[in-house]
Amino acid sequence: MERDPGQEGETIAAEPRAEILLEATALSRSFAGRSAPALDGVDFRARAGRITGIVGPDGAGKTTLLRVAAGLLKPHAGSIRVLGAAPGAAARAGTARIGYMPQRFGLYEDLGVAENLDLFADLQGLPFHERAERFAELLELTDLGDFRARRAGRLSGGMKQKLGLACSLLVRPRLLLLDEPTVGVDPVSRRDLWRILDRLVAAEGIGVVIATAYLDEADRCAEVLVLDRGRVVACAEPATLRHRVAGRVRLVEPRPGCPPRVLQARLEELPEVRDCSIRKGRLRCLLDQETAAVDRLIEGLPEVASSAVVEPTFEDAFMAMQESRPDRAGAATPIAGLASAADEAMIAVEGLGKRFGDFVAVSAISFTVRRGEIFGLLGPNGAGKTTTFRMLCGLLPASDGEIRVAGRDLRRAPGRARAGLGYMAQAFSLYPHLTIVQNLRFFGRSYGLGGRRLRRRIEEVLDEFDLRARRDEDAGKIPAGFQRRLSMAAAVLHEPEILFLDEPTSGADPLARREFWARISAFAARGMTIVVTTHFMEEVESCDQVLLMSRGRELARGSPDEIRALARGPKRPDPGIEDAFIALSEGEVVVGAAAPEARP
Amino acid sequence: MAALWRIRALVIKEFLAVLRDPRSRFVVLVPPLIQFLVFGYAATFEVSGVRLAVLDHSRSDASRRLIARVAASESFRLIRTIDSADLIPALVDRGEARVVLVIDESYARDLEAGLSARVQVLADGRNSNVAAIAIGYLSEIVAREAAALRPEARRVELVERAWFNENLSSRWYVVGALPATIVMVVVMLLSALTIAREREFGSFDQLLVTPMSSTEILIGKAIPGIVFGMAIAAALLIGGIYWFGVPFRGQVGTVFLTLFLFSLAIVGIGLFVSSLARTMQQGLLGAFVVIMPTVILSGFTTPIGNMPGWLQRGTLANPLRWAVADLRAILLEGAGLREIAGSIPPLLAIAAVTLSAAAWMFRRRSS
Repeated sequence: MERDPGQEGETIAAEPRAEILLEATALSRSFAGRSAPALDGVDFRARAGRITGIVGPDGAGKTTLLRVAAGLLKPHAGSIRVLGAAPGAAARAGTARIGYMPQRFGLYEDLGVAENLDLFADLQGLPFHERAERFAELLELTDLGDFRARRAGRLSGGMKQKLGLACSLLVRPRLLLLDEPTVGVDPVSRRDLWRILDRLVAAEGIGVVIATAYLDEADRCAEVLVLDRGRVVACAEPATLRHRVAGRVRLVEPRPGCPPRVLQARLEELPEVRDCSIRKGRLRCLLDQETAAVDRLIEGLPEVASSAVVEPTFEDAFMAMQESRPDRAGAATPIAGLASAADEAMIAVEGLGKRFGDFVAVSAISFTVRRGEIFGLLGPNGAGKTTTFRMLCGLLPASDGEIRVAGRDLRRAPGRARAGLGYMAQAFSLYPHLTIVQNLRFFGRSYGLGGRRLRRRIEEVLDEFDLRARRDEDAGKIPAGFQRRLSMAAAVLHEPEILFLDEPTSGADPLARREFWARISAFAARGMTIVVTTHFMEEVESCDQVLLMSRGRELARGSPDEIRALARGPKRPDPGIEDAFIALSEGEVVVGAAAPEARP
Repeated sequence: MAALWRIRALVIKEFLAVLRDPRSRFVVLVPPLIQFLVFGYAATFEVSGVRLAVLDHSRSDASRRLIARVAASESFRLIRTIDSADLIPALVDRGEARVVLVIDESYARDLEAGLSARVQVLADGRNSNVAAIAIGYLSEIVAREAAALRPEARRVELVERAWFNENLSSRWYVVGALPATIVMVVVMLLSALTIAREREFGSFDQLLVTPMSSTEILIGKAIPGIVFGMAIAAALLIGGIYWFGVPFRGQVGTVFLTLFLFSLAIVGIGLFVSSLARTMQQGLLGAFVVIMPTVILSGFTTPIGNMPGWLQRGTLANPLRWAVADLRAILLEGAGLREIAGSIPPLLAIAAVTLSAAAWMFRRRSS
């Protein structure tokens, strides 16, 4: 994501006297039934004319803080002043100049775009004579002018968010509170949303407070509040935080022919490496400290071609703030298994299509996945990736084309074909009233495991997924991180040949996502074939093959390298997957002769 | 063999899910208990303690003897003695008295003169059932008084003897059939929620991708409902016999054979509703839409013989009708397998239809 130099911390630091719109002092709030407070003595300020970001892992207190600021929750201790008054007071007095957009903005899906604006104008008491002008302004700002009559329910995820934003902007707020507005939004819309925010701040001088799960977005903020378990870990300009890890970040180039994933596993074995992720085919390593010895160690690895010191990003700074390294269970498994990634086709799809009535959800999709490959289905909401995914695991009959999974036709021999599959749904979908062990027992047995083998496998996954501590607790009551690990444990309990994962990292914090991908890589290394859907573009770097989808069709297919190569040009010498996606979906680049179809 | 193993896994899971989920546990335990007590104590057709007022114009020994006879009956409770007919309308309007007994001034005189004496009954017809029964009781009491006065009079006497339910206890009638009705409610709710719950919790897809076939899933989902139904029926039968004193003249085996076939039919309906429903709320609503008419058209409270002919024929498709009739026959008459054999083919046929419909709907909605 390109960075506007005007957004850099140094510029803002020159005028730190901007009016304070929101000030929280020693703010605390807890919830019944949870022992740890959601907010624990938080001090926080947001000023006019700048964007203040809130980042932190799941359950850090981001949403609670925003809800307290919006006057929806009362703090249990400490004080908070918003626009010089207690939050909620202005709303009751009818003079609210605060816009609040929750994670799921309550648009009326059966009403049109203009009708939604009208309704929210009624709710917020916007005078009639101001409406026409304000609506026109907002529709222009959000680029929704052409869709006035379209029902909100039929808008794309990104357009819905823009409409929600327009509705929160109706009363010309001086302070805008946004709760993860870009989650599940495609990269193009995400970029648009940020442009809108930048324009608002520059033109109207309003203050924006935005909670986000995307760390690259935090880099665009003037100031960032890092929360963890309700406490403030840091509150500073991103540049200041980045500066703390200066000199500790390496970009390691793998030797030609060596898959980045293999090198990643090798680098993660080094205790000095705090974090290691794949970026544009290279490995980005955060070191515990800068020493020549570590550099020699890295450069001495047989898989390494070169290594260079690079400027840290906010994500590096964020990872350095975490107390512990992400769990890399399974990463130590020998990666020799990868060599057995023979040409055996585990999934073969030919001309796949799906229609719902007149609506063509998926059309003309073809690909082959080989044993031990990680296959990524990538695309924004509504691109058809979930429909494709559901057809692959046999949950949805295909309208056209053929699917062969593990050499079998899912339609003809469903039971036997499914025995070799593992499936992990997007949301937590096990039995909430059963304990961890009872859930595992059920899924084990339904895949035909029993007796000693079942007991052994349960013990193994309890350790492998770090679930032992809560083995007898109800699955519905364990934290989200445990639930995600339990879902995966249940999916691999019967040692499937193919593992299907639907948005496994949706809503997960950066640490959990890393942990997840470490496991997935380890499974692939053992010869498991993996199909995964995601809307996190950077995650695709860990895949062997990627299918980029948009509006039910294939946009591009190939290895991450090949996808990036499609977008490489004088304007973008070193594009990322996200750049490639934007270029492809805007028609700037057309898949031509160099396309993956030309591969042998 | 592998299929049996998978069904067993699902059955275990279903039992755990019902027993560990406070809401499902509630559905299984509390409504049956409440219904058992409510029906056992409150649902009775007998009329007793009817509020009675007396206007005695005669004021004689004879009239007082008649009033004493009425007041001594358990059916009536004398609440007031009034001395003017003008008070009657207000008394009845306010519902203070349901029945007013008016004794003519000439009552004693007429009796002595050997003429027939006149006694008037005014009843509050707003509750027609109570009024009719109260008038019946009163005329019986008056007839007895007349017989006592003139024992020498020639008359035809009706000697009543009710078989199977000697005291004509309506509690026997209601509580005897209660297990069938309550089992239906429990089995219907459990099965109507079972698939809908998986859909709502999002675990349905997870279940569908296992090697379990849809038949296996349906069998696994049906068994826990039937087992819970049987267990509750057993508890209710024991409660009815030992708590409410209902007789048990038949065999345990025939009772459970009937209830089992009946539960099969109900599970089919429940699973059909559940396959159709997207949420537990829809499942619950669907179950109640079925439960209400099924109970009313079963003969549980109102005799099927009183319904119009076309509706009577319609009740033949109602599984509860057969179960209610069988239970009464087994408990009160001591009917054996031969006597209830006639209801086995219809129950089997209904179960076959509902279970196939459930399987069809389940396949339709899960792909």
